[in-house]
Amino acid sequence: MTDYRTWERRTPRQRLLRYLAGLLTIVAAAVSWRLLRINYDYIGTAPTEFMDLINRMYPPNVGYTGQIVSPMIETIHIAILGTTLAVLLSIPVALLGAENTTPNRLSFLLGKFIISASRSVNVIIWALVFVIIFGSGALAGTLAIAVRSIGFCSKLIAESIEEIDPGQVEAVKATGANSIEAAIYGILPQVKPTLIGVSTYRWDINVRASTIIGFVGAGGIGVELNTSINFFAWQQVLTILLAILVIVVFSEVVSAYLRRKAR
Amino acid sequence: MLSVTDLQKTYPSGDEALKGVSLEVTGSETVAMIGPSGAGKSTFIRCVNRLTEPSGGSVELDGLELTGLSGKKLRNARRDIGMIFQEYNLIERLTVMENVLSGRLGYVSTWNAFRRNFDGDDIERAYEVLERVGLDGHENNRADELSGGQRQRVGIARAILQRPKILLVDEPTSSLDPESSRAVMDLLTEIAAEDDIPVLINIHEVDLAEEYADRIVGLRLGEKVFEGTPADLDETARGQIYRGEEIPEGAGPTGKVAAEAGDVGGVSSDEGEIRRS
Repeated sequence: MTDYRTWERRTPRQRLLRYLAGLLTIVAAAVSWRLLRINYDYIGTAPTEFMDLINRMYPPNVGYTGQIVSPMIETIHIAILGTTLAVLLSIPVALLGAENTTPNRLSFLLGKFIISASRSVNVIIWALVFVIIFGSGALAGTLAIAVRSIGFCSKLIAESIEEIDPGQVEAVKATGANSIEAAIYGILPQVKPTLIGVSTYRWDINVRASTIIGFVGAGGIGVELNTSINFFAWQQVLTILLAILVIVVFSEVVSAYLRRKAR
Repeated sequence: MLSVTDLQKTYPSGDEALKGVSLEVTGSETVAMIGPSGAGKSTFIRCVNRLTEPSGGSVELDGLELTGLSGKKLRNARRDIGMIFQEYNLIERLTVMENVLSGRLGYVSTWNAFRRNFDGDDIERAYEVLERVGLDGHENNRADELSGGQRQRVGIARAILQRPKILLVDEPTSSLDPESSRAVMDLLTEIAAEDDIPVLINIHEVDLAEEYADRIVGLRLGEKVFEGTPADLDETARGQIYRGEEIPEGAGPTGKVAAEAGDVGGVSSDEGEIRRS
């Protein structure tokens, strides 16, 4: 009998925990599935319904294109203005939310709170809130986009501030500069590529977001889309969807180009 | 004149980086501070312009006590102290000219600083200084496009533009090759002599210290164990600084100088103990 040396990747305890974790995942999925009480009757009719929708949508209503140019431009404007506002407001929030620039523990928590509060609420909910406060239209949409974007932008800018080389800030301070000058010379140039990258990326996201906030009356192409759906004007719907696709591809190209340029 | 008395620094971790070091730098002399890693050389220099907060002792520059200053007064005091760093600490994404002119940030308003609107005289001087450090024509290059030696020369230009009363130099050659190291040291001592600025320099390379310094100070474990001319720095003194060897009885003049320096350190640490009790 040979005395082999044995080796096992995991201890029996670890193995048991892994099996339990796997089992728990399966149970959770099964429970969700059973409790949803999904009606499967519709799956049978889905292909027919889908073909029906395609038939009603096609061909797109080319004559309608003229009418959506202006709401489409409004959509882009909402995205631009909302993003600009968000980035401007993000800078002080990021300075609060970065460990190396925040004045004290309380301001750090405030920064973190603003970041998570802004991020935890969906843009469509922000739009609903602002439509109630400011009435329907582009103002509500712009604010919804801006408020939703602050958290995203501040979080990424704050992370970038935390990663800067402190030596550069120190050198500026050593010349007798005040702390604002130290931030302008020591921090800003170091986070500039992030600033450009984050704002163009967020603008790109916001173009897509501002196409749907119209569903709750917050301006832009979504208003048109919602109306067309309500009137079962499916050929107009397809026109709008194609227009949105063009704009989204365009914004992605622009943002990719700008992010490549920033160094 | 820089006059440091009984400087102490204890880090929150409990590490005693400086245990009461006294030093004077006057006229236009170049004082080199040598010692093994962790001896407290950088801490000492950084405590002078308060990038690191000293725990005790006094730092006087031309009669002004720096340790108690804060806010505007501290910033005004820092304007008079030029500092040159081991890793250059240039603003990498800005141009050479912006880096050099940042030496004047203590004198311009924040708004003008933001708009890069500097005084005409300062710009004129920045061109002169760039020429002096051999970087004329590079004013619009970004700092990260330059070589190590060139970057350190931008760092020197930035410090000179402050019109400092003293230059603090923290390991200026550690990131450079021997050739560039020599060029940087030549430049530093040349400027110190021409502009009549004293220089306090931390340096790893003992041979460079011997070649360029008027006076050498040896630190070991936060205490001054040697002070003397480059000629005094013999094997005994080196052993004492780098290996903590005892000074043999009846050693030559060097031993005496070292012993005196040791005594000064001993006395000041006694004072420190009295203060703590």
